[in-house]
Amino acid sequence: MKRLIFLLLLLAAPAFAAPAPDSFSDPAMETRARALQRQLRCLVCQGESIDESGATLAADLRHLVRQQIAAGKSDTEIKAFLVARYGDFILMQPPLQADTFILWLAPFVILLGAGGVAFWVIRRARPAADEEPL
Amino acid sequence: MLGELGQLALCFALALSLVMAISGLLGAGADQPNALVARRIASASTLGMMVFVVLAFGTLVTAFVTSDFSIADVANNSHTLKPLIYKITGVWGNHEGSMLLWVLVLSLYAGAVAGLQRGERLTSAALGVQGLLAAAFLLFILFTSNPFLRLDPAPFEGAGLNPLLQDPGLAFHPPMLYAGYVGLSASFSYAAAALMVGEDGWARAARPFMLVAWIALTGGIALGSWWAYYELGWGGFWFWDPVENASLMPWLIATALLHSALATEKSGAFRTWTLLLAIGGFSLSLIGTFLVRSGVLSSVHAFASDPTRGFFIMMLILCAIGGALALFAWRAPTLKGGASFDTVSRESALLLNNVFLVGSCAAVFVGTLYPLALDALSHGQQKISVGPPYYALTFAPIFFALLLLVPFGPELGWRRGNLKASARALAPAIGLAAVAVVAVLAIASPRSLTGTLAFAVAGWLIGAAILDFRKRKGARASAFAAALAHAGLGVTLMGVAGTSLWRSEALDVVGPGETMHVGPYTLRFDGVTQVQGPNFQATQAQLALMEKGRVVTLLRPEKRVYPAEGQETADTAIRTTGLRDLYLALGDDRGNGRWTIRAYVSPLAPFIWLGALVMAMGGALSLWGRLRVRLPTPEPAVQPAE
Repeated sequence: MKRLIFLLLLLAAPAFAAPAPDSFSDPAMETRARALQRQLRCLVCQGESIDESGATLAADLRHLVRQQIAAGKSDTEIKAFLVARYGDFILMQPPLQADTFILWLAPFVILLGAGGVAFWVIRRARPAADEEPL
Repeated sequence: MLGELGQLALCFALALSLVMAISGLLGAGADQPNALVARRIASASTLGMMVFVVLAFGTLVTAFVTSDFSIADVANNSHTLKPLIYKITGVWGNHEGSMLLWVLVLSLYAGAVAGLQRGERLTSAALGVQGLLAAAFLLFILFTSNPFLRLDPAPFEGAGLNPLLQDPGLAFHPPMLYAGYVGLSASFSYAAAALMVGEDGWARAARPFMLVAWIALTGGIALGSWWAYYELGWGGFWFWDPVENASLMPWLIATALLHSALATEKSGAFRTWTLLLAIGGFSLSLIGTFLVRSGVLSSVHAFASDPTRGFFIMMLILCAIGGALALFAWRAPTLKGGASFDTVSRESALLLNNVFLVGSCAAVFVGTLYPLALDALSHGQQKISVGPPYYALTFAPIFFALLLLVPFGPELGWRRGNLKASARALAPAIGLAAVAVVAVLAIASPRSLTGTLAFAVAGWLIGAAILDFRKRKGARASAFAAALAHAGLGVTLMGVAGTSLWRSEALDVVGPGETMHVGPYTLRFDGVTQVQGPNFQATQAQLALMEKGRVVTLLRPEKRVYPAEGQETADTAIRTTGLRDLYLALGDDRGNGRWTIRAYVSPLAPFIWLGALVMAMGGALSLWGRLRVRLPTPEPAVQPAE
């Protein structure tokens, strides 16, 4: 049943609709809201943030975010609130924690590994005849 | 009738692909009479297989064009009211047809390999491997994804095609992308063949195929991103969606392969590494196909509930990659050691290029697959999103470092370079980078460190490309290939930076006669009208672009409803000056004739695709040079002695 609801939401998602322009009159607050919206994922869409999605859920979440900003909550507090409610899935940038260490470190470990191999290859390939002292 | 004909053609193709595999591998033996016969059989069966796959594909196209709804695939994915062009492109707008397109491209590449064959052991072994791949995919099609299955009774009308796919950009995106994906199979087969035969010449033999694949991948990715830009309606061009990533990974490795194979061919360096890249590039194509085709992306659990196709592709991938890697582990140590070159040399530069390309590919790979693995391993308890911010912190810095180093590559000499002399020669490029920085600081607002850096690097790349052009004045056209491709990189970088950092946006609700402002533009809303398309009903808004009270031009963004499919799409209106795009999308009806309009001004947006085009042209130039050199000198020993 849960899957069915998910699928229905998925079907409803692609319908294009610009979000309601409920905006803050204070430009600083508006910029903050937009930035925050870009960091939160629309849970029923394929990889869109709630900032760009036309789904109803995204509009509700935008409303929620703006309510919390208006209530004086900090970005961190708002994110923590949403994560408690919806899980890490809502964050576009995965948090750095035990189960994401591999995710964050792997690219750089592989880069360093490849660099190490390249260093070794380059050293080994140096012509013996005109080897200069280091 | 059509269904049976297609089915029969596929069965013949399967039989011939098996003949091809066996005779190709037997022909890889030493030049004994038996092996020579096997090679001729391999060649002939390759061409035969190609003919039958073309026949099967042609049959499916005919079934779509004539709306033969007795074939389930046509009934599920076509409609009599669809324009002819979308009836044809609908052939690959579904799983079964797209897999048949995959095999079609594979067979065409195999045919090209056979066509270039000169009775060598290497080509024979390569055909054998292509035959194995073709057989595996034909089995996959016949057993899990047969496009010729019948429906009885046949419905009177088809279910239609996803309207998002009824668009010229997306219609030609899959064939282009597949030409790239599957083109890497030729490099893969040649690499496997080289490991079996223990021969060196493979990098040269496979190079035209690498180039074709790379050009097609570049074009396919650009086409896909262009489509996303104008069709999805929020002005973005790249979303780090797993489907996009699936095409970017093979591109990154194919780019590394092109560079590494150059060194292998020129000076015999990095022999084993180039083989590994050729295997890796096609492996990533297979993994991409698996990601897109198994349903694992929409949900790990959807995949688990109907695993037949997914498991078949997974086994296929494991056999192909595992087999190739086992062959590599077994045979690679027997290959001759690398050539010698100085620490400062073009070889070293190409190796660094490879390090950064592999590193950036690793970021995309982990970012795409880690969330799936975590979801599966935690039994759905832990879901994470890996969105653009992740790639901005991993992929972007690694790729940025690569771009910084690009100009040194063509400047350094083979075997032994001179860093000081190269730096001196590149000084004018630094000048252009400085000009770019000054220009950005003067024109762009708000100021952005990332943007300034991006323009500095773009100036550096383009400046170095111009220097490279000047240095080679009077040389063969293909000598300019690298300069052109590197300049294209700079152009795309400017487009990406301009669009992502300085885009202005307006989201207004307007009634007829009211105006809205976005960036430097003023727009007057003239209301909406209903327009009837061939198979859709559109709500079309009209906005007048105003300048000093005068109407400059009219823009008409639409929302389309496709009744047959029961779906809605957005059709944006884009006006470009070449230097920036004005981009409009129609939103919701707010009552009383008032509508939401989303407007963007994207500076330099066209540069993104212009740069890709320039890159592809660089590739084409290199390919042209290759073919021109190859054709006028036919080798005498085409026919082996009987």
